[in-house]
Amino acid sequence: MASSKLNKKVFDLKEASTTVKDLRITFDSGKTRSYEWKVSQLKALLELTEKHEKEIVEALYSDLSKSEAESFIQEVGMLKNSCKTALKELKHWMAPEKVKTSITTFPSSAEIVSEPFGVVLVISAWNYPFLLSLDPVIGAIAAGNAVVLKPSEIAPATSSLLAKLLGEYMDNSSIRVVEGAVDETSALLQQKWDKIFYTGNGRVARIVMAAAAKHLTPVVLELGGKSPVVVDSNINLQVAARRIIAGKWGCNNGQACISPDYIITTKDYAPKLVDALKTELEQFYGKNPLESKDLSRIVNSNHFDRLIRLLDDDKVSGKIVHGGEKDKSKLRISPTVLLDVPRDSLIMSEEIFGPLLPIITVDKLDESFDVINSAPKPLAAYIFTNNNKLKEQFVKTVSAGGLVINDTTIHLAVHTLPFGGVGESGVGAYHGKFSFDAFSHKKAVLYRSFFGDASIRYPPYTSTKTRLMKALMGGGFLAIIRALFGKS
Amino acid sequence: MNNNIGVEVEETVRDLRQYFKTGKTRSVTWRKNQLKALLNLIHENEDAISKALYQDLGKHPVEAYRDEIGGVEKSAQNSLDCVEKWMAPKKSNIPLVFFPAKGELLPEPLGVVLIFSSWNFPIMMALDPIIGAISAGNVVVIKPSEQAPACSSFLANILPHYLDPNAIKVVEGGGDVCEQVFLQKWDKIFFTGSPRVASIVMSSAARNLTPVTLELGGKCPAIFDYPSDFKMAVKRIVGAKWGVCSGQACIAIDYLLVEEKYSSELIELLKKFMRKFYGDNMMESKALSRIINKHHFERLRNLLKDPLVAASIVHGGSVDETNLFIEPTILLDPPLDAEIMTEEIFGPLLPVITVNKIQESIEFINSRPKPLAIYAFTKDATFKKKIVSETSSGSVTFNDTLVQFLCDTLPFGGVGQSGFGRYHGKYSFDTFSHEKAVLHRHLCLEIEPRYPPWSKFKLEFLRLAYRLNYFGLVLHMVLHMLGLKRHN
Repeated sequence: MASSKLNKKVFDLKEASTTVKDLRITFDSGKTRSYEWKVSQLKALLELTEKHEKEIVEALYSDLSKSEAESFIQEVGMLKNSCKTALKELKHWMAPEKVKTSITTFPSSAEIVSEPFGVVLVISAWNYPFLLSLDPVIGAIAAGNAVVLKPSEIAPATSSLLAKLLGEYMDNSSIRVVEGAVDETSALLQQKWDKIFYTGNGRVARIVMAAAAKHLTPVVLELGGKSPVVVDSNINLQVAARRIIAGKWGCNNGQACISPDYIITTKDYAPKLVDALKTELEQFYGKNPLESKDLSRIVNSNHFDRLIRLLDDDKVSGKIVHGGEKDKSKLRISPTVLLDVPRDSLIMSEEIFGPLLPIITVDKLDESFDVINSAPKPLAAYIFTNNNKLKEQFVKTVSAGGLVINDTTIHLAVHTLPFGGVGESGVGAYHGKFSFDAFSHKKAVLYRSFFGDASIRYPPYTSTKTRLMKALMGGGFLAIIRALFGKS
Repeated sequence: MNNNIGVEVEETVRDLRQYFKTGKTRSVTWRKNQLKALLNLIHENEDAISKALYQDLGKHPVEAYRDEIGGVEKSAQNSLDCVEKWMAPKKSNIPLVFFPAKGELLPEPLGVVLIFSSWNFPIMMALDPIIGAISAGNVVVIKPSEQAPACSSFLANILPHYLDPNAIKVVEGGGDVCEQVFLQKWDKIFFTGSPRVASIVMSSAARNLTPVTLELGGKCPAIFDYPSDFKMAVKRIVGAKWGVCSGQACIAIDYLLVEEKYSSELIELLKKFMRKFYGDNMMESKALSRIINKHHFERLRNLLKDPLVAASIVHGGSVDETNLFIEPTILLDPPLDAEIMTEEIFGPLLPVITVNKIQESIEFINSRPKPLAIYAFTKDATFKKKIVSETSSGSVTFNDTLVQFLCDTLPFGGVGQSGFGRYHGKYSFDTFSHEKAVLHRHLCLEIEPRYPPWSKFKLEFLRLAYRLNYFGLVLHMVLHMLGLKRHN
């Protein structure tokens, strides 16, 4: 049975327990640990993505009104690349890592062996419902686990499509999709998993981690936060503005975990920045951005209302310097820029996750670091500057999941960089080999022989034995020689 | 009373956070000074430490050195030698398509960390994680186990004299103190102890999404295949079971698995070496630690109360309630559903379980929770491979016991019920660090097709870019420029 939704059965605790039990039987058989199985599954994922690109793009359009280009660049294209990287590197990732051993355990040889955890749960998010469902699954498969994927119900077309396609293409005895909302997720969370990978928000992450604690299940939590952008003067403002816009409105209309959330710049530079943003926004989305096909819509009326609430705040509504138009029937808000909103307003305390970009100003740019560090650690932080000292200070002082200098969001596509948060923005990381590692237990294996057994290890303990032991543990060769000759 | 403790703990955390913010603990000089100070602490207080360990556990000074003092020394020295290297940013190769770009991974401290240490190695389990936390540049609260009060006291008194008292603080106490400690927000929690308490720690950590490392235990089996040196193997087993805190160690051998036909020979040899190490009257031996307290003494005594279990005793079984001493005890085939075979023993009782063929050990081990360590004495290379690939544990050690603990290049940690996360050597540094991804880009070179408005040309460009088809890309652009390819 590929997906419980197909039979319209209620997915309750009993169903959840059966699912896990089935997957555990498959896992225990050793099936998912072979290189061949992993390759077959990764190839199947690649095939379903390539063959059904059109349907995927349509589902993303249905769920989010995402443009074809964005769907391709940010979901389909990324996912295909992730598959290909895993296929190319898998043998290398799976190989045991030989490690050096020291005199203390001489003679010996040692290695670190990667093994799957077992049966893992991947809970995905609604904003990149295709990518954020399958990218972690790639890691889980590459590492040899059996997987249950729970796509977000807030992106129902994609969730349905995933259930259908994975059911058709993947090994159903080890990979399952469970669709549903709170009830189904709760039923899943009550089971004993060997690893849980969650993408979403901090509130639900706490529930996930608390559920995991009952079974001592390790977790990866990919969350979000208010990703700041520090903008210096003396830069190529046009390019900077474009990159900020691409990262903000070009990423699901600001509904992305690493979208620039707010900007910090100097009081003097702010007007120039606002002008540049206005100019480039018009270039990108035309004079009537509410009608632009290149902008995703707001995902649903809940989030629409939430965003409008942020704007309706008295202290904030007067600070709009661009945009602010809305169309509730189409769930659209035009790209909106605000200048100098109060620091204690709601828009500056919550993650925005939408097309509103506040700019706050400081006298000197150094002050921006304190502003950033006084807030919870975000998933990403950005700076635009040509000043090397400022770059250094930024890198050293700002703590975030990842930092990008002179660009935004693009680090997501670099598979040689770990992608994950710190503090409120999450725990753990993935992408490339980091995905394989996230779903693997690294087992230490030590091979000893019987040659050279040191009687000093055993009682009765004498002073000579003690001396020798001390030397062996920390002294190095010379100390050992000295100890052997009765000197301490 | 709770209020006072609560206020104290809150102030402690607040002070630590403020100190961390000054950035003092991030300098390599500060870290090295702390590590040097720790080495001085050890060198100058070896006697006092031995005394405290004798008081809490009746540990022999040689055992105290071998398992605790020497270990801490080695760890501190290794960290001192390597910390600068560990702190250095690591370059990441960035795919050409992102040119010009530079990537690196920068380790940074997590902030205010909480370490819970256990009672069985009260000095080592406190100081070894502290070494990791300090090397990574954090500020620390250490909560030593109240069940080892002499060592707890010792740490509380001595640490402020050697280490920076603004950065490393000891909080002593039992359940009521823990309650208050859990109310605080930590940036990392490192816990060594039992699965039951670990679950409580992780649930509490979930409230603030605090990452945790849980170093637990389990029933660590030793598989006894007919190894090349029967005698030496038995010696090592005896030394490991009773010679290390009387079996009260997370990686102590919990039970043995042996083929029926070798069991009597094995048991005779075990008895022989036990007598050699601990004398004919083992109850008087100074080389054996006692049981930590009455609670655990009763727990262990109760394991033997089951009549079927008592009937399986082939050596030992005597107890001395006044001195909290239990004789090294061997049992032959106690019932598998008795508590002695379902719970972690953590004491000087060694069940020997017989099987028909030694290969059956694998299934036996796999039907039980994953242990922290698996030991196997065998010369059969195929069997070794099978054990590594078909069982799961924190570590596997062949033809020896416990020494994997001393190998700095091997990660030390569990999987499943034996925990998650790891430390020792660089793994300690990593466990207390956030690995921050940093991507450097420039504002000079711009790949125009990144931005909307989207067109077929841009989409095709991106398809080629994703495939890292550099030649195709150039061709595509040239053709477009020459007007030979029409796109809208």
